[in-house]
Amino acid sequence: MPFYYDFEQPIESLDEDVEKLKQQQAAGQDVRERLDKLEARLLEKKREVYANLTSWQRVQLARHPMRPGALQILPHLLDDFLELHGDRQFRDDPAVVTGLGRLGGKTLLVAAQAKGKGTQETLRRNFGMAHPEGYRKALRIFETASRLGCPILTIVDTPGAYPGLAAEERGQAEAIARNLLEMSDLGAPILTVIISEGGSGGALGLAVADRIYMLENAIYSVISPEGCAAILWKDAARAPEAAGALKLTADELLKMGLIDGIIPEPLGGAHRDVIQSANEIRRTLELALADVLQAPVDELCRRRRKRFRTIGT
Amino acid sequence: MAWFKKHQYTIIKNVSKPPAIQAGPEGAKWESCPNCKELILQETLIKNLRVCHHCAYHMRLSADERIQVLVDAGAFEPMFMDIRPANPLGFPGYGDKLSGDASAREAIVTGVGKLGGMETAMGVMEFGFMGGSMGTVVGERVARTFEYAAEKSLPVLMVTSSGGARMQEGIFSLMQMAKTSAAVAGYRRACRRPYVSLLCDPTTGGTTASFAMLGDVLIGESGALIGFAGPRVIEQTIRQKLPAGFQRAEFLLEHGFLDMVLPRKDVRPTLIKIFSWL
Ligand SMILES: [Zn+2]
Repeated sequence: MPFYYDFEQPIESLDEDVEKLKQQQAAGQDVRERLDKLEARLLEKKREVYANLTSWQRVQLARHPMRPGALQILPHLLDDFLELHGDRQFRDDPAVVTGLGRLGGKTLLVAAQAKGKGTQETLRRNFGMAHPEGYRKALRIFETASRLGCPILTIVDTPGAYPGLAAEERGQAEAIARNLLEMSDLGAPILTVIISEGGSGGALGLAVADRIYMLENAIYSVISPEGCAAILWKDAARAPEAAGALKLTADELLKMGLIDGIIPEPLGGAHRDVIQSANEIRRTLELALADVLQAPVDELCRRRRKRFRTIGT
Repeated sequence: MAWFKKHQYTIIKNVSKPPAIQAGPEGAKWESCPNCKELILQETLIKNLRVCHHCAYHMRLSADERIQVLVDAGAFEPMFMDIRPANPLGFPGYGDKLSGDASAREAIVTGVGKLGGMETAMGVMEFGFMGGSMGTVVGERVARTFEYAAEKSLPVLMVTSSGGARMQEGIFSLMQMAKTSAAVAGYRRACRRPYVSLLCDPTTGGTTASFAMLGDVLIGESGALIGFAGPRVIEQTIRQKLPAGFQRAEFLLEHGFLDMVLPRKDVRPTLIKIFSWL
């Protein structure tokens, strides 16, 4: 079943009409002219609706139930992939998928936050909210990458690090802090793509990178708009207002110089065409990879440190 | 052997309100302990470094009080205090909080102090200013402190007490986690001196998940709440009450995330030991 937000209502009804006509066409009726007209109107309407999204509407698209996650995108983005499991200390955290990836003849070490699709899979992957072992698993492959001289790709997609009992017992804060420290000094190029939600420290734990990109409708924030509104105004219903104040969209982050680029999405969001979305990510990564692989690793590290050192001074 | 004696647990109930100062029967100043509610003569309280002698509850200290308790008398020079807060997102209502003396001190006091005569670069967080939250000022002062220490080859002490990242600075506050962690990495690379982190009540969120957890030696003050997520957020997530003592310093020690838990009176002598040995 397709899913539409309130602000997408005009598109939903046009989508339905187009679908009906297509069925008639399949049944042998000549509706070509009407279909062409309707599709032109749909395109125009989409352009109108998606050209001026508010911050809150972007948040909604970033959380769209049909939005592709890392597990949907990676098969179209990489030429091949071999999953590697486990943090070598406690367990394998399904909220973070790690492995060897191939992209245009190069081997990347990949760490991707995975929300999973369907109830069972989503629960198993804990909605993409990693436990400490997820961050330690990522760090384990970062260290391998640095030793073997491979670039790193991280895919960020999480509401945040998991705020649970066991996560605290096993040192959630320590795991994230260690990643921040090690990544700031890691001898391998690091590329990060925030595909949907970049939720606070849980996202940053995989995002201390040389190049940081966001999909057009992705968000990146220190706190969820709901959380911010609840703390500040004691009213989670004011989340749309908080979304605006937090400046969490790709546009705003690029303007503030905190990310390196925005990866375009198909009109209406990444879920409208997963393959096209993956192709766009691939195009961006290929250019970025060629760029970072030119610089000596020491120089990259120095620039990476400087990048984070100079934010907010 | 006293080296390995089992340390004593303090039982702490959840406390949020600052202690109320009350006038006693003879006009003397009394305060009630926020934990056991016993009245304590202020003079006694100050002598005990603001630790309740009935229940061993450690009251929160301001940055100035903390410096008095830790540093050799009169041997603290503030530094980097000219870094002042801005409102990088133009967040509604935030600009109003950024004027006056308190905002000049912000949520951390940094500088160089002497501990047993040894020069130490240090930062002491001020929970009283916006919950000790880490924004760009805290991040920058912490980074400069580490850089200064690296240059002068000084040991570093950070005393944390913070609710985490400062929401009103949005993504900029998040990035201070990366900045301060990178500062620790830079310090480690630049010199072979120790960084000791003293985690005080409360240390949570982005502060814990960055420089606070990165000391060579991690000390928790008795009874301090230390964690990533706050207890309320966890309770809402798992929909059950948290066990007593959860996320207290003693709990972290047991789980291997602190080197030691010390009562307040033992912190200074222990720091002096560590800095003179390393
Ligand atoms: Zn008491």
